[in-house]
Amino acid sequence: MNNIVFGQYYPSGSVVHRLDPRVKLVMVLLYIISVFFVVDYAMYGALFLFVIAVALMSKVPLRVLFRTVRTIVVLVLITAIINLFFTQGDEMLFSWKFIHIYKEGVERAIKLALRLILLMLFPSLLTLTTTPMELTDAIESLLSPLKLIKVPVHAIALIMSIALRMIPILMEETNKIILAQKARGADFDTGGALKKAKAMIPVLVPLFVGAFRRADELALAMDARCYSSVATRTKYKVMHLALRDLVASLFCMAVFALVFLNKYLWPFDEMILSLWR
Amino acid sequence: MSIEVKDLTYTYSPKTPYAATALKGVSLHIEEGEYVGIIGKTGSGKSTFIQHLNALIRLQSGEIKVYDIDLNAKKPDLKKLRGTVGMVMQYPEYQLFDETVEKDVAYGPRNIGLSEGEIKERVREAIELVGLDFEEIRDRSPFELSGGQKRRVAIAGVIAMRPRVLVLDEPIAGLDPKGKQEILALVKKLKNAFSPTVIVVSHDMDSVAENCDKVALFADGEIARFASPREVFYDDELLARTEMDCPSVVKVVKELDKLGVSLPTRPVTKSELVAALTKGGRDE
Amino acid sequence: MNYTMSIKFENVTYEYPTDGSPVPAVRDVSLEITDGSFVCVLGENGSGKSTLAKLMNGLLIPTKGDVRVDGASTNTEDEDALFAIRKKVGMVFQNPDNQMIASIIEDEIAFGPENIGVPREEIEERITYALEAVGMTEHRHHTPYKLSGGQKQRIAIASVLAMRPNTLVLDESTAMLDPKGRREVLNVIRELNRQGITIVLITHYMEETVHADRVIVMNEGSIVMDGTPERIFGNTEAIRRYHLELPISDYLAEKLREAGLSLPHKIYDEKSLAEEICRSK
Repeated sequence: MNNIVFGQYYPSGSVVHRLDPRVKLVMVLLYIISVFFVVDYAMYGALFLFVIAVALMSKVPLRVLFRTVRTIVVLVLITAIINLFFTQGDEMLFSWKFIHIYKEGVERAIKLALRLILLMLFPSLLTLTTTPMELTDAIESLLSPLKLIKVPVHAIALIMSIALRMIPILMEETNKIILAQKARGADFDTGGALKKAKAMIPVLVPLFVGAFRRADELALAMDARCYSSVATRTKYKVMHLALRDLVASLFCMAVFALVFLNKYLWPFDEMILSLWR
Repeated sequence: MSIEVKDLTYTYSPKTPYAATALKGVSLHIEEGEYVGIIGKTGSGKSTFIQHLNALIRLQSGEIKVYDIDLNAKKPDLKKLRGTVGMVMQYPEYQLFDETVEKDVAYGPRNIGLSEGEIKERVREAIELVGLDFEEIRDRSPFELSGGQKRRVAIAGVIAMRPRVLVLDEPIAGLDPKGKQEILALVKKLKNAFSPTVIVVSHDMDSVAENCDKVALFADGEIARFASPREVFYDDELLARTEMDCPSVVKVVKELDKLGVSLPTRPVTKSELVAALTKGGRDE
Repeated sequence: MNYTMSIKFENVTYEYPTDGSPVPAVRDVSLEITDGSFVCVLGENGSGKSTLAKLMNGLLIPTKGDVRVDGASTNTEDEDALFAIRKKVGMVFQNPDNQMIASIIEDEIAFGPENIGVPREEIEERITYALEAVGMTEHRHHTPYKLSGGQKQRIAIASVLAMRPNTLVLDESTAMLDPKGRREVLNVIRELNRQGITIVLITHYMEETVHADRVIVMNEGSIVMDGTPERIFGNTEAIRRYHLELPISDYLAEKLREAGLSLPHKIYDEKSLAEEICRSK
């Protein structure tokens, strides 16, 4: 059950796993931004190679990584198809009744599909190599400058931490409640959407009531241990940046820089084609 | 025979790296009218077993028959089954949900398809059977009741279906002595009313020894022994092997044995022990 | 913790806020808990024992009267003063799951010390000490999710120990545990008391009181008995009246005495009862 929250985490103990989670988080953000600026096929290819390289370094099997793309397959297909059929352009490739497919449409469809897949892959690597707890700590650390403008950073981190702790508990509780109501003859499977929704009330009400009760008890326990949103607190776990973090950052940023260079300065596709000719 | 279980095997998350076999070929016959105690360490398979009895867990391997309901059939009549095998889960008060006590208790009867008139009658009967005042409590919200009252309302919700078999998972968990006695007395009352067969999962050896006709000791997914409390709790080899505790009464007798005072009978209840000692336990 | 400490209740009444006329959960209670003692508070549900516990560290403030920890009143607006009290009087609650905020045990135990501003290096030591004191050292980097109830409660105790309290109040902390878990927790508590920590154990199980110095029985908000375990165990009429339950060995001793066996009045476990029965024959 624990595996649901850590479900993505693949403990292969690689150097990527040991990187400072803040570095990983920032690199993923930069990556996402970069993906929106990718222009040439060559650059798409380069990014794919980049992702695969990092995957290999993190000792995560490629099939595990590409499994994460499965969840967006439908989205990718729909996007591709819409762009294929509805993009206008100059060069018509195929025409039948009211269906017109242009070269620009094909290119758009392919590139958008690639973009979506890329958007899924690298962040997945993040969750495959970083535990939710590490991510929470990273977010808390990255947000800490906001403390200066009175943003309750620790409270936010605490909320995330408690959520992580409670998710498996609440899931188990939901299951128990479902079983208890089934034991009283409840039927969650038959009927239309409305009937099924109504059938969930005997599960949702106790769940919510239970959740509030837990929150109450938890707050009391926190009070008993002197939790305060205002008082200054120390931090036990500190994250240290190491040489590997510097190297990783430089490597990533170099690749991302290529994206922008490609867009604004060096048209890779043209360059490669002209070399070939 | 009210419940017949043959060769029940169950594995959680089969075909994954997290596969865990909770039951390994369990067989059990429970006669109507028996008060069965199910004991065993946490993780021994007790919960998995009882959840098969009312098909909360779908049968993977083995045969189960509850009265004339065959759980091996393609589409067993689940509503009939759950109305026949009433199950009270652990901490049942956490499953109350409706606006009034009356409505909550009516949930079960309504789900199994009884007529409105019958539902009304059953709800009243159930609430009174658990020792609550129907008129006083019927329109109150279950959430404003005390812990003890909530538990009784939850039990009423199950017995309103007039199950022929009553299964209770740790019914006295978390209760104070008074609450414990009240629930145990209630179970006896229900047994005499219309649930002749009672199955209780419990960690409390003392109450199991006092009340049960038969004890099923689960260990590692198997039934290590299914016999009377006397036979199970005096089976030293069995208890040592399964790391089980025995009731206080039995502990006293075993201590007496060590000191050379051997009683003519093997008492498991308090009254049996007092009787054995006052009618003359002899020194060896 | 080498200074004498006490928790003092002076005519304390507590009424939970309700619509309509409030019923006092604790009525005019006066009591003093002295340093190093092992006190049990017995009573049925609704007797006020849990309320009494929460009054000890200011989680609840008396409606009337005053609770003083080491002379300082819990009825204060000053957060620092309240924290000082809660540092001294730590509390463990009933539900093992609803006391933990972290997904890793080490982080959980660090939470208390972090809150009170203990420097990093010292937190490290305190975590080690706390885990060892409850016998859970090997679980330092584990998640609490897979632990048994008894283990979780031990972690809860460790989380409080890390704040180095003088007193540990356990509010029905064994009620949701199986017999094994209950034994684990009681063993830890006894050991802690041996090391000088004051224990206040709120419970409805009489068998947990046998090793206490002092047993306080509560009923309907008032203290109705206060004495050694022997005194309480010996008063069968009171036990019945306040809906307590003698452990079976003691119940048997009573019944055997009624049936004519001469057994001395004391607290029995199975072994000592057998010995006395043997002796009387």
